[in-house]
Amino acid sequence: MVYTPEQQPVDTAFPDPMLPRLYRVEQVRREIRATCTLALVPDNGTTAFSFAPGQFTMLYVFGIGEIPISISGDPAQPHLLVHTVRAVGPVSQALQQLKRGDVIGVRGPFGSSWPIEDAKGSDVILVAGGLGLAPLRPALYALLSQREQYGRLCLLYGARTPQDVLYARELARWRGRFDLDVYVTVDSASTAWRGQVGVVTALLAKIPFDPANTVALVCGPEVMMRFTTRELQERGLSAVHIFVSMERNMKCALGFCGHCQFGPTFVCKDGPVLRYDRIQSWFGKREI
Amino acid sequence: MHVIERDALTALFVALRQRAFRLLGPTVRDGAIVYDELASPADLPQGWTDTQDGGTYRLVRRNDAALFGYAVGPHSWKQFLHPPTVRLWQAQRDGQSFHIRAEQPEQARFAFIGVRSCELHAIAIHDRIFLHDAYVDPVYRARRENLFIVAVNCGQAGGTCFCVSMHTGPKVTQGFDLALTELLTGERHYFVVETGTARGAEVLQDIPHRAATAAEEEAAAAVVARTATQMGRTLHTAGLQELLYRNIEHPRWDEVASRCLTCGNCTMVCPTCFCTTVTDTTDLTGAHAERWRQWDSCFTTDFSYIHGGSVRTSARSRYRHWLMHKLATWIDQFGTSGCVGCGRCITWCPVAIDITAEVDAIRTSEHRAAAEGKNDANA
Repeated sequence: MVYTPEQQPVDTAFPDPMLPRLYRVEQVRREIRATCTLALVPDNGTTAFSFAPGQFTMLYVFGIGEIPISISGDPAQPHLLVHTVRAVGPVSQALQQLKRGDVIGVRGPFGSSWPIEDAKGSDVILVAGGLGLAPLRPALYALLSQREQYGRLCLLYGARTPQDVLYARELARWRGRFDLDVYVTVDSASTAWRGQVGVVTALLAKIPFDPANTVALVCGPEVMMRFTTRELQERGLSAVHIFVSMERNMKCALGFCGHCQFGPTFVCKDGPVLRYDRIQSWFGKREI
Repeated sequence: MHVIERDALTALFVALRQRAFRLLGPTVRDGAIVYDELASPADLPQGWTDTQDGGTYRLVRRNDAALFGYAVGPHSWKQFLHPPTVRLWQAQRDGQSFHIRAEQPEQARFAFIGVRSCELHAIAIHDRIFLHDAYVDPVYRARRENLFIVAVNCGQAGGTCFCVSMHTGPKVTQGFDLALTELLTGERHYFVVETGTARGAEVLQDIPHRAATAAEEEAAAAVVARTATQMGRTLHTAGLQELLYRNIEHPRWDEVASRCLTCGNCTMVCPTCFCTTVTDTTDLTGAHAERWRQWDSCFTTDFSYIHGGSVRTSARSRYRHWLMHKLATWIDQFGTSGCVGCGRCITWCPVAIDITAEVDAIRTSEHRAAAEGKNDANA
């Protein structure tokens, strides 16, 4: 089975890709520490765009700046554009301050997406670390929406502490399904925690899979992805069956600014979702 | 081929100006030959040449009245096609919302006078990035679309030139409207002219010209042939991409980092370096915002910043990124090398780091290692 990241066509209906479109904040949901989920709807005169799971947008807060954020909502409901954002800099901090009715700028959607089509007929393992669950959530929505098309579905999720488990209620709901295996682990916890403690790669040992017919979608901190890809390969999964979502500095998302280069890869247009064999020789090297 | 006399250059300038072109080309300023507005051929660097070496550039008087008798200066044409700073849009606050006003990029009518073959290749490389990739840069397109190019075949190579190594010169072969070869023989000062486009041929009709004789064509060919033998540097390109990919962790990167000031001069003078950053600003009231795009350099730590820190903090990794991009990853990205062999990065490096020498050092160390391996096997 050959899996490839899906390259999405450029939206030619919107001729100037450098110009943000206006979106209104419909809902702000406080998530875990310093993290919120914004549901955006097109402001007057703006048309909604569809997106594929794994794609990202550039979010602009008036006068503050613009940052790349992956879309974490349901691709079947493109009129509600959902992003989960953690405050780590001026723009992501400003995004936390938004209230219902505030208007921000959105450019996109940009980049490649998870191989949802190619994975049909295969087992799919999703491995998420920390906020890496957010870019994988649209993939899970898409997989579950046509559940009969896939073999075994499995979500492995690692967070730092029990308080850092993102989308906890939704995880509990997914865990209640008989057609989806969900395993959660935390790096450290107080004695009150009765769940799994340890790194996310340890969860891989819990699940049997057939390397010939399995595709793995991995998103999280680079160090987590490094260990996960290594473990998956040790379990016999080929690099062409492993997909990772990369993160780099981005100023344009169009392939012009040069900031997001990772070796020969432009993370903005070749990625963010990349088949692992394509970047394997660069992955894990320092300061690439 | 045609011939125009030295004095007919005035007619060329007039013909281009009549077609509403803004003439840009070489002129002497601040002790260097830079690219700027040209009012007439009198603004050209007549009788000047340059001597160049690692970290060194000097203007020197020629003993003739050549107009294009120099190599290349610190400027490249990218400052006009891909401007150092450009406003992308403005926005005005309106309650909880705001309005964005798009910038209407000016449809420029530039005529570049005196473009060298390496520079034509650099423009072709930018065309690939800004016009023929997934997205089109409207700023670049507005400046590139009407561009008229008067190219010049190089009459002499600079001390840091290596276009022959990169197969990008010195003969102009593509991407021009008119191409000149300057000839000074005894009393005569004339140009052999080649037309590259119908538009170029049409402009030539407005200038006193005649068909070139076989002897004149031969003399012009001899000029570039001689220049090709004068290259100040050589970049050994055989297997270069693989060589660099094999040596991502080579100790030479530490050695060059001990000299590199990470000043970014090389990226500013490079005719192909295209990286930019954006700045979002507001006025004092906070109600008016703008986004500006500026040239950026991969030699800054900010360049690779993501939450928590920069990816490339060491000078080693930043120099490596620049050189690897130029000579190796560029080929994967855009199908050509990112280097056109103009030598500017060598000349304008304040500590004379030489891209050709850095490649040689890595290549030589591999040869040495291979030879030692063979000796060990024999022992």
